[in-house]
Amino acid sequence: MKFDRKDILGIQDLSVDEIHLILETAESFLEISTRPIKKVPTLRGKTIINLFYEASTRTRTSFEIAGKRLSADTINISSSTSSVVKGETLIDTARNLEAMNPDIIVIRHSVAGAPHLLAALVKQSIINAGDGAHEHPTQALLDMMTMKEHKGKIAGLKVAIIGDIEHSRVARSNIYGLSKMGAHVALAGPATMLPRDIEQMGVNVFTKVEDAISDADVVMMLRIQLEREKQNIFPSLREYSQHYCLNRKNIQLAKKDVIVMHPGPINRGVEISPDIADDPSFSVILDQVNKGVAVRMALLYLLTGGSE
Amino acid sequence: MSNTKNTKTVMDKEGIERCLTRIAYEILEKNKGMANLVLVGIRTGGVYLAQRLQKKMSDIEKDKIPLGILDITLYRDDIAVAKKKPRLGETKINFSLDDKIVILVDDVLFTGRTIRAAMDALIDFGRPKMIQLAVLIDRGHRELPIRADFVGKNLPSSLWEAVRVDLVEKNGVDEVVIEEGT
Repeated sequence: MKFDRKDILGIQDLSVDEIHLILETAESFLEISTRPIKKVPTLRGKTIINLFYEASTRTRTSFEIAGKRLSADTINISSSTSSVVKGETLIDTARNLEAMNPDIIVIRHSVAGAPHLLAALVKQSIINAGDGAHEHPTQALLDMMTMKEHKGKIAGLKVAIIGDIEHSRVARSNIYGLSKMGAHVALAGPATMLPRDIEQMGVNVFTKVEDAISDADVVMMLRIQLEREKQNIFPSLREYSQHYCLNRKNIQLAKKDVIVMHPGPINRGVEISPDIADDPSFSVILDQVNKGVAVRMALLYLLTGGSE
Repeated sequence: MSNTKNTKTVMDKEGIERCLTRIAYEILEKNKGMANLVLVGIRTGGVYLAQRLQKKMSDIEKDKIPLGILDITLYRDDIAVAKKKPRLGETKINFSLDDKIVILVDDVLFTGRTIRAAMDALIDFGRPKMIQLAVLIDRGHRELPIRADFVGKNLPSSLWEAVRVDLVEKNGVDEVVIEEGT
């Protein structure tokens, strides 16, 4: 199958065949990270710019390591140390970066659609590393890769996604991806955190966490964005965790071999109890991080080239 | 195996078997047994040939010889500009190459570029004492200073011909054919 996209902006526009190709390519890249010399010469001479307008540890490091293991030169720009603080607009920043001839620009921005704006503006490949509450495609791809490895398939799985769906780009990308791949998605969260008409995305929606978790193959907990407490969408962290925290008791409702996922960073004791997060018989959270590097290597590999 | 192309079978099942048996003995003779030897097959054809050599050598010496699988795609010199990215295969070398004599196995030796890529990859896995090359067919037209240590058959060919090695494991039949290019 030919992969001839210029950009990776969201899971919504990827076909099932493209998702399969990305996941299979990523599986081949896993092995490189286990070698004594964790580097292949494939993208020698290519330049990748990581343009991060929002805080990030995992995603930015993961993209940087992915680029470096493929021998590309990676440059990180974070908004706090760039000309953004002097008032430069995103469009001007992008045009200036374009003039330095990178091959790929990875962007995270708090405004939904920012990567799409850039993709239309510059000739370089753009990878969306998270745009507002819209999409986080590489997270969904690494989540699907983790599920595929642990469960042997994605089609037919029952996946529960719990927490602040409204503000979660991880949830949105996963809903698009999992539905395309034939999994059944159940959501649960307080009514104030469930977008209206979310059922139209083909998911089952519950307000009680127990109903969503029941019989699940995969439970994905979302991070409660602590800054949201001020917006009065939930009364207190304490009350949230009483109703929605994943713990030893409610996990029993899921299938025996359930896996627990979390995109990080974790608020221990808020959305997930520490003993579940750290229990290797359930938790695949660090495995997700491991897969993240392989998925990003696969995308960098698939997007580069084709100079003629 | 389409009828529209002009094809000629140059080696059959028995021919391939005899070549591999001879190569197995040659490898053992040259290296005085198989202490310190490992086999690495280049995907995909080279892997099946390496597996057959592994069996033959193990039968002769009554001992085991490690076998690794190498996908050279990421080391190709044309990969950064390739319009269509080849599908990646798995690389699996579960043993150290340090101070080992590596027998690199491929089906057809042509320009030598695949072997150059394979040697670069091997050296990323460790520091072999020596790398030796075994191929079923050497069809000439080298673009790099590379030669094989063990050759099943030298097959002078022209550049507009294609040499195809079919193996039971891959295509259900053992044969080497020359196809006239289109």
